[in-house]
Amino acid sequence: MIAFLVRRLLVSAVVLVGISVLLFVLLQLMPGDPAEMMIDPMSFSGDRDAAVALRRHELGLDASLPVQYFHWVAELLRGNLGFSFSSGQPVTQVMAERLGPTVSLMGTALLISLLAGIPMGIVAALRRNSAVDYGTTVVSLLAISVPSFFGALLGIYVFGLKLGWVPTSGMNSIGGGGFLDSLHHLVLPACILGFALAGPYVRYARAGMLEVLGQDFLTTARSKGLTRRRVIGRHALHNALIPLVTVVAIQIPTLFAGAVVVEQIFAWPGMGRMALDAVLARDYPILLGFVMAVAVLVLLCNLLADVAYALIDPRIRL
Amino acid sequence: MTVTDVPAPAAAPPSGAGHASPGRLAARRFFRHRLALAGLIMLGLFALAAIVLPWILGTDPNQVIPTAIRQPPGAGHPLGTDSAGRDVLARLLVGGRISLLVGLSSALVATLIGLMLGAVAGYFGGWVDGVLSRFADVVLAFPSLIVIIVVAAFVGPSLPTLILSIGLFGWPTPFRIVRGLTLSLREQDALVAVAGLGAGPLRILRRHVVPVVVAPLTVVATLAVAQAILLEATVSFLGLGVPPPTASWGNMLNDAQSLTILETMPWLWLPPGIAIALTILAVNFIGDGLRDAADPRRGR
Repeated sequence: MIAFLVRRLLVSAVVLVGISVLLFVLLQLMPGDPAEMMIDPMSFSGDRDAAVALRRHELGLDASLPVQYFHWVAELLRGNLGFSFSSGQPVTQVMAERLGPTVSLMGTALLISLLAGIPMGIVAALRRNSAVDYGTTVVSLLAISVPSFFGALLGIYVFGLKLGWVPTSGMNSIGGGGFLDSLHHLVLPACILGFALAGPYVRYARAGMLEVLGQDFLTTARSKGLTRRRVIGRHALHNALIPLVTVVAIQIPTLFAGAVVVEQIFAWPGMGRMALDAVLARDYPILLGFVMAVAVLVLLCNLLADVAYALIDPRIRL
Repeated sequence: MTVTDVPAPAAAPPSGAGHASPGRLAARRFFRHRLALAGLIMLGLFALAAIVLPWILGTDPNQVIPTAIRQPPGAGHPLGTDSAGRDVLARLLVGGRISLLVGLSSALVATLIGLMLGAVAGYFGGWVDGVLSRFADVVLAFPSLIVIIVVAAFVGPSLPTLILSIGLFGWPTPFRIVRGLTLSLREQDALVAVAGLGAGPLRILRRHVVPVVVAPLTVVATLAVAQAILLEATVSFLGLGVPPPTASWGNMLNDAQSLTILETMPWLWLPPGIAIALTILAVNFIGDGLRDAADPRRGR
């Protein structure tokens, strides 16, 4: 177990270094010079070229690429991800401000998708080939097929604009606040994101349950005279749900991608929206920080899923 | 997938028509799958409309009519006009071509890369396999949408960029399938014999690996088409995909980020949105049917 953890952590570290070098090179090759963009030619009087050169020097952009990279890594290890080109704030501070909204959105969505998807998949498996099963299959395929941005637009149109049940954007009312107000703003985006995630859970839960239902130990349980309730509830469910731990981990990238889109549409002040803004403003430090944060989280989630899998399923030894 | 459901390499796919050949049986299973059949018909109709209708209608999808901006559906413009006075129906049809083009070509790129790398990893094994497999894990774990957005920002949005970047980040799934099958094939006596007779890696790949992986690969490739269409629409919606004035279903929805347009001009965003959803649904139905058809143990 310990050896496994150490090996996985080492691999993760190598992967992170690889991603950071790749991204750093890629981002340096981006067209557009942030120093140019920061000094407005319309309002600036005097020697603009000198001012741009000075700003490039201040930002460290005139050093060679390897020097810039090692500078960035050294600062990174000290917990400093650099400063935003557009606002001048530390990247860690900007990201910390955005983390809360993103985590609450993604966490609620994940919860909704699990609570809706898994029971649906199990019911479909228990009533295999019935109308319920076909209906569930169609709904889960819809969830996979409807792009989250279109789902979000439809949701805003129906529940926000036509019915007026929920606000259409933002995380709080202007001037308002409080937990209930935030919850009111959270409902629609979280449901949209949760719906998109639920599709795969339905399918995996159904497949897992069908697989388990056909196995010998369930026949044994039935022939022992256990009630159907007990056979399903204790023996089948437990074994069918174990593989879902990995599915949750596999879904983490989808969750992040979905969050970028949903945050953009709902003007949700999270990290996804921050990243899109950073792409448009060519704010490299923010973009790098974001991608690194996603990489760390994804690797961490995969590691946690493997460990959880081994802890739940006694047949697996790491 | 275990060795048992892999047909022996010698029994390459039937060329003629044995009346109960595995291919025939799979086809029968596929066509009995009602959802898959519905998907196939839907997709066929869409493709036909996207390819043929623009010629018949003859409306220029990029013609800007300043006097007819954001007109509701009516005579002359069956689906109304957009913010630049362009015909929505004409753009919808041409956008369908873009979606199908991006979907098919990115899936092709992803599948070919996956096939090549997977065969290499499975055939050579050892450290080659280790490196490629870890690499695939990393690519698979990373949200491709975010990478594609970063790439689009880096080289500037364009159609070839989009196709390549979606394809380049879609290879791990076909890779894993081909790798697994090649690994198990390699151990079979027949292949050891073939190699002993002096067949090179390329010949073994073409004659013995490809026929075996073609069925599971078709399933994965179909699902990759759906994934690519979804990614194209999303990236274009965010303004980082197919650049204007070329119509794409994704960038047609871009305008709907304004609440006024969303509320009062549904003809601008409902048709492309429904088109995306139905197309992806149709492709997923087909993929589902193919998966059940390719695996005799499954299916209803």
